Amino acid sequence: MTRVVVDVMLKPEILDPQGKAVQGALPRLGFEGFTEVRQGKRFELTLDGDLTEERLAEVRSVAETVLSNPVIEDFTVTVEQ
Amino acid sequence: MTAAGTRIGVVTFPGSLDDVDALRAVRLAGAEPVALWHGDHDLQGVDAVVLPGGFSYGDYLRCGAIARFAPVMSEVVEAADGGLPVLGICNGFQILCESHLLPGALIRNDHQRFTCRDQRLVIENASTVWTTSYTAGQQILVPLKNGEGGYVAAKETLDELEAEGRVVARYLGSDPNGSARGIAGISNPRGNVVGLMPHPEHAVEDLCGPGTDGLGFFTSVLQSVLARG
Repeated sequence: MTRVVVDVMLKPEILDPQGKAVQGALPRLGFEGFTEVRQGKRFELTLDGDLTEERLAEVRSVAETVLSNPVIEDFTVTVEQ
Repeated sequence: MTAAGTRIGVVTFPGSLDDVDALRAVRLAGAEPVALWHGDHDLQGVDAVVLPGGFSYGDYLRCGAIARFAPVMSEVVEAADGGLPVLGICNGFQILCESHLLPGALIRNDHQRFTCRDQRLVIENASTVWTTSYTAGQQILVPLKNGEGGYVAAKETLDELEAEGRVVARYLGSDPNGSARGIAGISNPRGNVVGLMPHPEHAVEDLCGPGTDGLGFFTSVLQSVLARG
């Protein structure tokens, strides 16, 4: 059993109103000095069997076609040991 | 073919809210409304398709992202590539972008609030199959209601849309959701696929809504289909 993590973030140039809302709440709670908050998504994919290069390529394909929208988002794929 | 013989389909997804209004708009325009189902690989031979507003599949992941893979969408994408008129309203616009039938994407409103108001628009392109009942430069008033209606695209894409006259409608007055260049609706290069964030189907009768300015989208496609024969 292998676990692969896909992190999806809005591209830096895309406005993130959710992150801004979180950032706006921080000073109200007494947390100072946070100049920016960006909110993303984390997907944990559990695969059966060993992680071959082929399977990893498949995960990247899933990340690119389903989990993220390349127009507005970037993603990273990390294999958990 | 007669007006009454023209069949315009409206897809119902799990979570669609405005499918019944869209079907009603089709009928008021003089065409025959046909209810289509997201789970069917079948467009029932309709002459045009409307993807209505509301939500779809909970809009988990991103708005329209899962609806893009609905069984009916493979038929819609194929037919749209072949020239079938397709109008996506609100969530339908989001689905068209996720399906890559239209460029760009729709993100959360920049002011972080849901917007619901009557919105003035200017029709900039009156030559798409969905806008021939209007004149270029005509101002219309239709409802707008969205939480994720901010249209974004790469600068080159926006320039291309403008240069090719593919900005179908633009917001007048203050930008209601942070859309790039005030864009309210766009079309594909051929002009048969149009995505629109505001809701023309809610402005088709004097009894409710801010007037009948929205009916033109539905009479336009009816005329286009009839002219094609």
